[in-house]
Amino acid sequence: MSAQDIILSSGTSELTPAAQVRRKLSKVAKLFDATKCNGCKACQVSCSEWNDLRAPVGSFQGSYQNPMDLSSECWTLMKYQEVERDNKLNWRFAHSACMHCDDPACLTACSTKGAIVQRANGVVDFDSDKCTGCGYCVSACPFDVPRLDPIDQKAYKCTMCSDRIQVGQEPACVKSCITGALKYGTREDMLFIADLRIKELRKRGYVNAGLYNPEGVGGTGMIMILHDINKPQDYGLPADPKTSVPVKLWQDVVKPLGAAGIMATVAVACLHRITVGRNLVEEDEPAQFDHTHSDKSDKE
Amino acid sequence: MDRRQFFKLCACGATTSAISALGLMPGTAMAAPREYKLLKAKETRNNCCYCSVGCGLLMYSHGSNGKNAEKAIFHIEGDADHPVNRGALCPKGAGLVDYVNSPNRNHFPEVREPGTNEWKRISWNDAFSRIARLMKDDRDENFIEKNSDGTTVNRWLSTGMMTSSAQPNEGGFITHKFARSLGLVAIDTIARN
Repeated sequence: MSAQDIILSSGTSELTPAAQVRRKLSKVAKLFDATKCNGCKACQVSCSEWNDLRAPVGSFQGSYQNPMDLSSECWTLMKYQEVERDNKLNWRFAHSACMHCDDPACLTACSTKGAIVQRANGVVDFDSDKCTGCGYCVSACPFDVPRLDPIDQKAYKCTMCSDRIQVGQEPACVKSCITGALKYGTREDMLFIADLRIKELRKRGYVNAGLYNPEGVGGTGMIMILHDINKPQDYGLPADPKTSVPVKLWQDVVKPLGAAGIMATVAVACLHRITVGRNLVEEDEPAQFDHTHSDKSDKE
Repeated sequence: MDRRQFFKLCACGATTSAISALGLMPGTAMAAPREYKLLKAKETRNNCCYCSVGCGLLMYSHGSNGKNAEKAIFHIEGDADHPVNRGALCPKGAGLVDYVNSPNRNHFPEVREPGTNEWKRISWNDAFSRIARLMKDDRDENFIEKNSDGTTVNRWLSTGMMTSSAQPNEGGFITHKFARSLGLVAIDTIARN
């Protein structure tokens, strides 16, 4: 892949956009069907295996979830949400990894050019070489996905296995999924399959079954079929994720204003130089010095 | 540096940062994905031996099969052409590379004698004859031929058998034939661990 595969890049604007040539490349997506997942964690293990990540072994925290949270060395995590329904404990398994938003808040928040990019196939990827470790993406992400590494202080997250996708393979998590709860393909196909599945689920009595593909972030590259679309919180998902106002203000208003300010300063300086010119100090005006000089001589 | 030079320097700095802020500086190469790590690695097909499902595996090792490269497995994933799993794997199978390369693997027979806490390396021959001897002694001592009603039961309850789980039907048949003919009741496979 090259710069031409990148359609959105952090630190760029409409005036200086990223390469646009492959906009027509079909977007890909991961489909997570929570109604098929049995929480086996094969996706989590294959993620760590493929990406050569080995998070330190943690300790038991009272849940089958392990580790308890995503980290710079755990990019995919099976979350075991415990929900009470009709006085019964319900497990809500959630494949939690980067959602690969169409309008990624992390990318908007990042000021470093090219540190966060969106490829033509829709994958949002971090470039750790360019990352300065400011952590803006971590706080901006409505899904709370990116994490700073405690050693190199750079942000890391799921890449949707860009290295596999670029040679035509499915992401490691999708390949290993036994129950078929994870699927991978063009976004169009995934939406189609999801639609069929939701109709089937509704027919089988899950009247609230629906697709989690939040509009607030322009849709996501990981779409999810949930038992109850009205309660995404049960899966640890935000009900209405979107890029926060301060982040938008920073990128759309404050930064352009800052650039304009620098421009204006330079322009004014040039204008001043042309119209007014240098502030020349006349060196042969000894009047004031004469006085002190005489004072001095008086003392002597 | 005098006052005038200082101002000049400041002006130069401001101009340069203005230029870079406007995106006029030449850009560096854009983010490329990680290099695909399996491109020319040696690919070997095998079966997962950790439960009786017998999923197909693709095992990738260093070196492209040249005679001078010492092969070592660095990645294992499901075999999409295998009819059993069609590429999928369970969490145990998905993490197999760490089983294979685990420093805790047994490489040779070892014995921990009663009353010690040390593992002693022994030869395969010693291991086989030791196991056979102990089995025979234990069976002779604890074998139950008839129950209290006088019905023949032929039970040997004081020993269990842990067998391989990666067997075809024939292997499973022979394993059972062997174990049951000894009177063993507790038989299990390593799929349980």
